[in-house]
Amino acid sequence: MKRVRIGNGCGFWGDNLDAPVRLAEAGQLDYLTLEYLAELTMSILALLKAKDANSGFATDFIDVLGRLAPILKQQPKLKIVTNAGGMNPHACAAHAKQVLAKAGITKRIAVVSGDDLLPRLDELLATGHTLNHLDNGTPLSTIRDKVVSANAYLGAHPIAEALNHEAEIVITGRVADASLTVGPAAHEFGWGFGEPDLDRLAAGTVAGHLIECGAQATGGLWINASDSTNLGDVGYPIAEIAEDGTFTISKPGGTGGAVNIETISEQLLYEVADPANYLTPDVVADFTSVQLSQLKPDVVGVTAGTANGVTDTYKVSVAYRESFMSAGTLVIAGPNAAWKARRSGEIILEKLKHAGFTFAESRIETLGAGDCIPGVVSGSGDPPEVVLRVAVRDPRKTAIERFTKEFAPLVTSGFPGTTGYTTGRPPVREVFAYWPALVAKSAVTPVVELV
Amino acid sequence: MAKVPLSTIAHGRSGDKGNHANVAIIAYTDAGFAWLKQHLTAEVVAAYFAPLEPSLVERFEAANVRGLNFMLYDVLAGGASRSLRTDTQGKTLALALLRMMVDVPAEANPDRKVGG
Repeated sequence: MKRVRIGNGCGFWGDNLDAPVRLAEAGQLDYLTLEYLAELTMSILALLKAKDANSGFATDFIDVLGRLAPILKQQPKLKIVTNAGGMNPHACAAHAKQVLAKAGITKRIAVVSGDDLLPRLDELLATGHTLNHLDNGTPLSTIRDKVVSANAYLGAHPIAEALNHEAEIVITGRVADASLTVGPAAHEFGWGFGEPDLDRLAAGTVAGHLIECGAQATGGLWINASDSTNLGDVGYPIAEIAEDGTFTISKPGGTGGAVNIETISEQLLYEVADPANYLTPDVVADFTSVQLSQLKPDVVGVTAGTANGVTDTYKVSVAYRESFMSAGTLVIAGPNAAWKARRSGEIILEKLKHAGFTFAESRIETLGAGDCIPGVVSGSGDPPEVVLRVAVRDPRKTAIERFTKEFAPLVTSGFPGTTGYTTGRPPVREVFAYWPALVAKSAVTPVVELV
Repeated sequence: MAKVPLSTIAHGRSGDKGNHANVAIIAYTDAGFAWLKQHLTAEVVAAYFAPLEPSLVERFEAANVRGLNFMLYDVLAGGASRSLRTDTQGKTLALALLRMMVDVPAEANPDRKVGG
């Protein structure tokens, strides 16, 4: 039976820069996928693009592509599928072309777009697409003037179409993470989008879901990871998918990490709500139908993924300007570190109040004393030191800026044992709130272009 | 029966979906899964995480991996974008739940032997 090997070398923007290169070198891959977009990455990219029409994509990808060049020469059939395009996949493709040209490589590059709904937002709202908040039903019109980005999560169909047009590198904007894997599988096996291939799309979705977070499938975050797991040299995951939708998850030989029933079970349920109905643009996948088996060390077989239909909507991720925030830290040594730290945090907020600044929200954490999940896991004994972290959020940037100046004074005016003020005043960052919504698939047109 | 941490019979992982978190708890053995299904109810988990004031806790089963998946709604103080917490994405919630002290029968204890 025909099989296709798809490896994911990047789980988010900020992931290890060497991982894609090492995975492509040793993975014997047909496809390398690279996933860069978290929920709010798009809002940051939208602002970058507003300032500079040639930016707004995941620039790490260009760096990675440059370092992949020697491998692309050795493995001319290796294809790359990535959502690094972010808010500006065309500019990303232009930069990709440049970096490949420098290395003496020419590739057929396809751009998948149509996910960016911002230019069409008023038209959509005017034609009855209210983009109500998924949790509480509030119409988007209530925050329309603050919106900085609005993107539909496209599916695997346009990726498969790009590959059908013999693209060797596919650069997309916002697509569902798992679709980066489903697209190549659908192209290779000629799967359709809809009946009778829904079960196969569901199986491909399980594969994509398992590898989309990179090393989280191969030992990263594994509850039983130990020193012998060798996470310092963790290998990134490979899904080897067969035509019937069965697949294995493995990692390159000789790498660290672990692929076993525990690591795969944990990742199967990661960031899942109802595991019997995992919603993607391609299919509603039933994760409770899959069977896992350890075929050999670091190879897990996955069979029997099935579908529960397909929806007629795309998920939309909207980001809007909400406020500003900052968080600063100090280290407070004991005895009585937790008490002194909490009081120090209160003193910071009291001083600000006397200066005329109160905040929409503030939070004091005494990390090391059981505040990571406040009130659930309590600290025991008197820790030798704790980290004091104070964070505030408010619509007024000036209030947040003033807050950042109240940490240093405690180094001399606070309790004994106050230290750890070495990084200067904490940065102020703008807060973009997240607004999930749905839009009819009929209102969105994915666009595939060879560039 | 002596009280042991839930981590004796199960492992898990947690993450975020907007302002909500999911906490997956996975038993090492069939006996452990049977225990989880009977005792680790949505109500028990809601009570354990009461300080986070969940608006709702839902439990889903994934018997194929001996897993229970809990959705904890509105527990992330605003979610990844605007939460003032250190753990904006609920990454540590599974570890916290696995510290819950429970009475479990001996047969639920695993003789763990997996690749490392």
